[in-house]
Amino acid sequence: MLSNLFPNVEVEDMVTATYETLYMTIISVAGTLVLGILLGLVLYLSRPGGLWENKLLNWVTAAFVNVFRAIPFIILILLLFPFTDFLMGTIRGPKAAIPALIIGAAPFYGRLVEIALKEVDKGVIEAAKSMGAKTSTIISKVLLKESLPALVSGLTVTAIALIGYTAVAGVIGAGGLGDFAYFYGFQRSDFDVVFVCTILIVLIVFIFQFVGDAVSRSIDKR
Amino acid sequence: MISIKDLSKVFHTKDQDVTAVDHLDLNIEAGEIYGVIGYSGAGKSTFIRLLNRLEDPTGGSITIDGQEITSMSKNKLRLARQEIGMIFQHFNLLWSRTVRDNIAFPLEIAGVPKDKRRARVMELIELVGLKGRENAYPSQLSGGQKQRVGIARALANNPKVLLCDEATSALDPETTDSILDLLVDINEKLGLTIIMITHEMHVIRKICHRVAVMENGKVVEEGEVLDVFLHPEQAVTKKFVDQVMGDPDQEYSLALIHEKYRSGKVLRLHFVGESTNQALISELSRKFNLALNILHGKITQTQKGAYGTLFVHVEGNKDEIERAQIYIKQTSVEVEVIPNVE
Repeated sequence: MLSNLFPNVEVEDMVTATYETLYMTIISVAGTLVLGILLGLVLYLSRPGGLWENKLLNWVTAAFVNVFRAIPFIILILLLFPFTDFLMGTIRGPKAAIPALIIGAAPFYGRLVEIALKEVDKGVIEAAKSMGAKTSTIISKVLLKESLPALVSGLTVTAIALIGYTAVAGVIGAGGLGDFAYFYGFQRSDFDVVFVCTILIVLIVFIFQFVGDAVSRSIDKR
Repeated sequence: MISIKDLSKVFHTKDQDVTAVDHLDLNIEAGEIYGVIGYSGAGKSTFIRLLNRLEDPTGGSITIDGQEITSMSKNKLRLARQEIGMIFQHFNLLWSRTVRDNIAFPLEIAGVPKDKRRARVMELIELVGLKGRENAYPSQLSGGQKQRVGIARALANNPKVLLCDEATSALDPETTDSILDLLVDINEKLGLTIIMITHEMHVIRKICHRVAVMENGKVVEEGEVLDVFLHPEQAVTKKFVDQVMGDPDQEYSLALIHEKYRSGKVLRLHFVGESTNQALISELSRKFNLALNILHGKITQTQKGAYGTLFVHVEGNKDEIERAQIYIKQTSVEVEVIPNVE
């Protein structure tokens, strides 16, 4: 029956494309998490009145974040071709999409991290200081722990944006469901393929949202 | 124990400099509960935050237990802070940690090994009366319980000094009393020096030995709590004393007394803090052939004894009344005849 409804859909191709999308998403979410937390921490700590108040560092980081958030993703990929080639040795396939995905999403997540850290109660940071805590202890045991639910829900939002980015990257040959929908669906006018790819992407987004919400809720003891 | 010399803090804002603490000198003895009272904006919160350098002073010096706090390097200051406990108006607990882990936090910071940490936390939970709640999260606790966690946390590293920044101001009166009792208990058991910042005079009355009144960054009056209660000199101090001693009904009562009691004498007895004279009324009725009738009054207990005023109607032989008055004058109770009778 399925083959009647979707005459042009090959299950094996779909599995490969889904796998490629998940691969790109998961690796780039991991990279975005690390880079985004670093950016967010630097933004938060170096701001006026912060624990590492430093105007220059704050300005440079903010400029980096703002510039990379301003560049449309499709253009960012093109701009990063030489960098990707140097780093990955190729500009095609799921692997080649990862540097652009991380550099596109980390500044966004960095801002969300900064917002989450700003929400941490100043009094609690002060209490930790009054106990004689080092700044590194305050970062690891107070700032990141107390903002964890917001960090998780921010990462969920970012991950979903990244799934969208993987589809865009697909158009220039990164593989995955976006790539498949465009080249094998749209170009050949097999719209059943486009339709199935869409359903799969929506499903992946739903799963990410569900897991993210559940984790965020379970760690929030407020 | 704590000596503060010429301490100043100036905040620079865009259009003006604000002097929060203005050339302040103060000495606090070991083992005493020292109160600092003032209205908001008096600089008392800034003052207490200068003591552990949560704010850096603009000038002056602070010496705690022989250690000069003001000139310390960052690293030394961190170690010194581990010996100065602090509790806060809004408790400032980590919501992500249970009661047990909140209390363990300063021990983690001080690098206490895990098994010793566990034992110490249990001891502290017992001390502050939170047994059975060690696995609760702060959000599951009442305000009073949260402050108990705050106190346990502040005591974890056996500090010599406990700083209390409006520690009871967010609590209801009943809870305030139980937290104050706990602080007195700790002060007696551990010989801890406690510095309390507050805007509530009854907190001072209930637990402090000495008090400083702050206004515009300066200490305007300072001394034994009872002395300050008895002889408030500054207007701001009088206002604070009125918070607990104020007796708005007194005037109305006196008018009624004036109308009703045409014979005998009405005496105003002023109790000034020695508990030895608390049986004065019964003594008078035993020793003299007089009928005594208490008309109006308010007596408050302080750490140094009772304080307050009683209006007593005395009926009897004129000479007997005279003799009774002479007898009262020999005690520490001040006596005064309300003139408008007879």
